[in-house]
Amino acid sequence: MTGAAPRGRAGTLQPGLEMRALVLTVNRLVWFVPTLLGLLVITFTISHIIPADPIAFIAGDNATAEQIAALKAKFGVDKPVPVQLWNYILGVAQGDFGISLYTQRPIAEDLIARLPATLELAFVAVILSGVIGIPLGVLAAVRRNSWLDHALRVFTVSGLAIAAFWFAILLQLLFAMKLGWTPLQGRVDGWGPDPVTGFYIVDSVLAGDLETLADVIGHMVLPAVTLSFPAMATIMRFTRAGVLDAINSNYVDYQLAMGVPRRVVVWRYVLRNALIGTVTQVGLVFGNLIANAVVVEAVFDWPGLGLYAVNSILQSDYNGIMGFTLIMGTVFIIVNLLVDISHGLIDPRETG
Amino acid sequence: MLETTRFLLRKLASDRTAALGALIITLLVVVAIAAPVLSTHPGDVTEFHPPERLLPPSGDHFFGTDRMGADVYSRLLFGARITIAIAVIAIGASVLVGIPVGLVAGYYRNWVSDALMRISDIFLAVPQIVLAIAIAQTLGPSIENVILALSATYWPFWARLVYAETRSALNDTYVEASIALGASPWRVMILHVLPNISSSVIVRTTIGMGGTILTAAVLGFLGLGPPAPSPEWGRTIAESREFLPEAWWYATAPGLAIFLVVMGFNLLGDGLRDILDPRTRRSGDG
Amino acid sequence: MDDLLAVTGLTVGFATESGLARVLDQVDFRIGRGEIVGLVGESGCGKTTLARAILGVLPANSARISAGSIEFDGRDLLQEDPDALATDIRGRAITFVPQDPFSSFNPVFTIGRQIEELMKWKSPDAEPGSGPRRYARARRSSDLERVLELLRIVQLPDPEALLRKYPHEVSGGQRQRLMIAMALLPEPKLIIADEPTTALDVTIQAQILKLLRRLAAERGVSVLFTTHDLGTAYEICDRMTVMYAGQDVESAPSDSFFTEPRHIYTVRLLQSLPSRDHGIRGIPGQVPDLTAPPPGCRFHPRCDAASALCRQTRPDPSDVGAGHVARCWHPAQGEGTP
Ligand SMILES: Nc1ncnc2c1ncn2[C@@H]1O[C@H](COP(=O)(O)OP(=O)(O)OP(=O)(O)O)[C@@H](O)[C@H]1O
Ligand code: SF4
Ligand SMILES: [Mg+2]
Repeated sequence: MTGAAPRGRAGTLQPGLEMRALVLTVNRLVWFVPTLLGLLVITFTISHIIPADPIAFIAGDNATAEQIAALKAKFGVDKPVPVQLWNYILGVAQGDFGISLYTQRPIAEDLIARLPATLELAFVAVILSGVIGIPLGVLAAVRRNSWLDHALRVFTVSGLAIAAFWFAILLQLLFAMKLGWTPLQGRVDGWGPDPVTGFYIVDSVLAGDLETLADVIGHMVLPAVTLSFPAMATIMRFTRAGVLDAINSNYVDYQLAMGVPRRVVVWRYVLRNALIGTVTQVGLVFGNLIANAVVVEAVFDWPGLGLYAVNSILQSDYNGIMGFTLIMGTVFIIVNLLVDISHGLIDPRETG
Repeated sequence: MLETTRFLLRKLASDRTAALGALIITLLVVVAIAAPVLSTHPGDVTEFHPPERLLPPSGDHFFGTDRMGADVYSRLLFGARITIAIAVIAIGASVLVGIPVGLVAGYYRNWVSDALMRISDIFLAVPQIVLAIAIAQTLGPSIENVILALSATYWPFWARLVYAETRSALNDTYVEASIALGASPWRVMILHVLPNISSSVIVRTTIGMGGTILTAAVLGFLGLGPPAPSPEWGRTIAESREFLPEAWWYATAPGLAIFLVVMGFNLLGDGLRDILDPRTRRSGDG
Repeated sequence: MDDLLAVTGLTVGFATESGLARVLDQVDFRIGRGEIVGLVGESGCGKTTLARAILGVLPANSARISAGSIEFDGRDLLQEDPDALATDIRGRAITFVPQDPFSSFNPVFTIGRQIEELMKWKSPDAEPGSGPRRYARARRSSDLERVLELLRIVQLPDPEALLRKYPHEVSGGQRQRLMIAMALLPEPKLIIADEPTTALDVTIQAQILKLLRRLAAERGVSVLFTTHDLGTAYEICDRMTVMYAGQDVESAPSDSFFTEPRHIYTVRLLQSLPSRDHGIRGIPGQVPDLTAPPPGCRFHPRCDAASALCRQTRPDPSDVGAGHVARCWHPAQGEGTP
């Protein structure tokens, strides 16, 4: 799934764990830049396939030829496309994604300002999915074919089939509109806590402001639940399969035949083996999460990258979309890098 | 071939969840084809009745009416046609691009195959929806562009899969033997490798349908799909939002339709995987 | 009687799609103290099922034990509380050497960690009863001494380094030596080794088996050793028990087993061994379907000496020589020796 580097064999060397992680990391890091560069070229190509004329759009119908030329020069679209690409690459290398046709501000600033909102939401959703999904997956496997297992199967099948934006709307309809238990949308009422990390939960804890914290969490509930539903389903499913594989394995059979207590075998050993598979899936889950975040943010008016992308779409701001695509690609590649490294750490068979 | 099909059908029938999936999909196809017959207000894709707007579900309007006074149920049926068309064509194109790319990259071991795989990896390095949004955005809202955007983002899945399968098929002794006997590359790929990898391609394609339909719905929801007054499901849900919470039926019905169809493909895909691709069998599920 | 283990009339079935498979039919089986017994028979005759029944680890959802007793060291294991079995029989009094040393180690933990976990619960110094809350430091270090010593005894080089390795970093032969060491560590009275060398390279099979035999003999530990291979069984076993289609048919000291087999099946089995004189001679007919086994002696459809009696009633064990028991209505009289 990842922009993965080919896996080499460590041969007869048996590097220690740290060594192994290092080799892996370097291997992946080497491919990090080319992958991003490729992504950049692809997005750039995409946004230049059609000679759409956003300048005319901004300038309006009554603009003079000089005004349009000036605008074109300002946004750098007066030069040939390869030159534009080269300039764009140079710019991105210096953290300059160009100027938003829509907010008229540097896109990098816009994106960085909105990144914490998306990341906070994604983290909360991942944690929620893991904390609930893993134990439920184990239970489903241990009580295989019980009513609990069947009920959880319905749950996972639904989680993987539901359209996140629709689920979001249903939750809004029920909990915000009908019952009034949660806010309808937004990230906080009022200004929010003093920005330190940009994560409102962390910031309001740092500020010792419990009232804001409660408000922030209240706003977080529906979007986080929406995002975590499919993620939880995936995690549960893989945990269940992993636990079953492990339970049916010879090493578990051996431990039970040697009289090691069943609960010790299941919760200490089987789970560890099962989680290797689950961790591998976290990258995939995170990708889905980010993808869903775009629409979920749109539904909940959550001021993150997704909402920015949606606004850029509405404004035909292709610089904004490109910036968004690149930053999403970067986050996604980094997450997968971390997954690969941690996988290498917990699974000793994985070398190099 | 007939034998295999019969074997498949028998296996599917004995797996309850897979059979359910197959049933749902059959239903979808029937509904799409027979939409004009099955719908209670077949004209409602284009005809509007403002005085009847936002009526709750009733005997005349099973799922109520929308903001234009059109029958939600009837529009839903016609929306199925759009969903099927998008999913089938987009996936078909992805498969048609992905298979040759994967075959060539898997068969040859040179810089071309490295380059092909690198490129697919780059596509896979971003969530599909993000690229699809970028593409659909530049191309402008229409069915054709949604299909283009989806095919352009989904082909690497098949390229990757076919690449890996080809590499392992090449290790089979009889494939090795036919190469040694001087069979031409295309002959080897088409006669030996392709049949070997067809089951995993079928499985991947079935499961891919579900994902594609979800992504297409997202594009529709964001306004990047076919423009109004198209009965596309994602767009319908987006339109319904301003009439909540009163017109709950308006948002609920198309979402349920998406849910059912995606679930159908997922269930069928899981069932097919258990039957065709035992290596990746979900353990203990069947 | 000085038997360590006495299985009497054990009857076990498995629920399958095509009905109850009667996999063990009133099986009698015994092992003396310090005795090494080979359990031999064709594939599917029930060796593993018997071994697992003794260990108490038959699959709970499909296995049905309908009759018999398993007496071990004065306790009837089938009447014992399952928790008590897990704490002070399995892994303590009876240990296990698995068939496949490759997959019987957990791949994601070091060997040292896995042995430590075993010792935490099963060290001879572990307090009997419900098992440890904590693994006390004093016991941990005395256990480590014990482990290192035993690893040296099973001829594993550089034990300290070995403990830090992961299973996949160690060869199959070494892994099986580890398994034997782990079976000996709790100082058991009985070791159950179910085809302990089939997964290994032929060249190291003999070494491993000789090691197992030597260590068991030195320590006075009994061994139940299952195999298809009569040759190896003869080399390391004091006594052999033969099974056919879920019935025990003959049990004899290794010498008289080969020189004076009495049960017709055993005779045919020995005759079917490839030999210089007559090449390979198979036994005509085939192993019965265990969901509908023949009544009486299950070998009767293939037995040329079978009588009406054989078809109705299963013979009881009868002494046919010193320590030699056969369950045959018409035992062979010293003929048929290859
Ligand atoms: N869990 C089970 N469910 C159903 N049938 C089983 C089960 N385990 C074993 N059997 C059946 O019981 C019979 C005896 O199996 P067992 O494994 O005890 O034979 P074995 O003598 O150990 O054979 P081998 O030499 O091949 O290991 C076989 O016919 C087998 O198919
Ligand atoms: S009991 Fe009868 S059938 Fe069985 S081996 Fe002896 S003679 Fe043959
Ligand atoms: Mg066996």
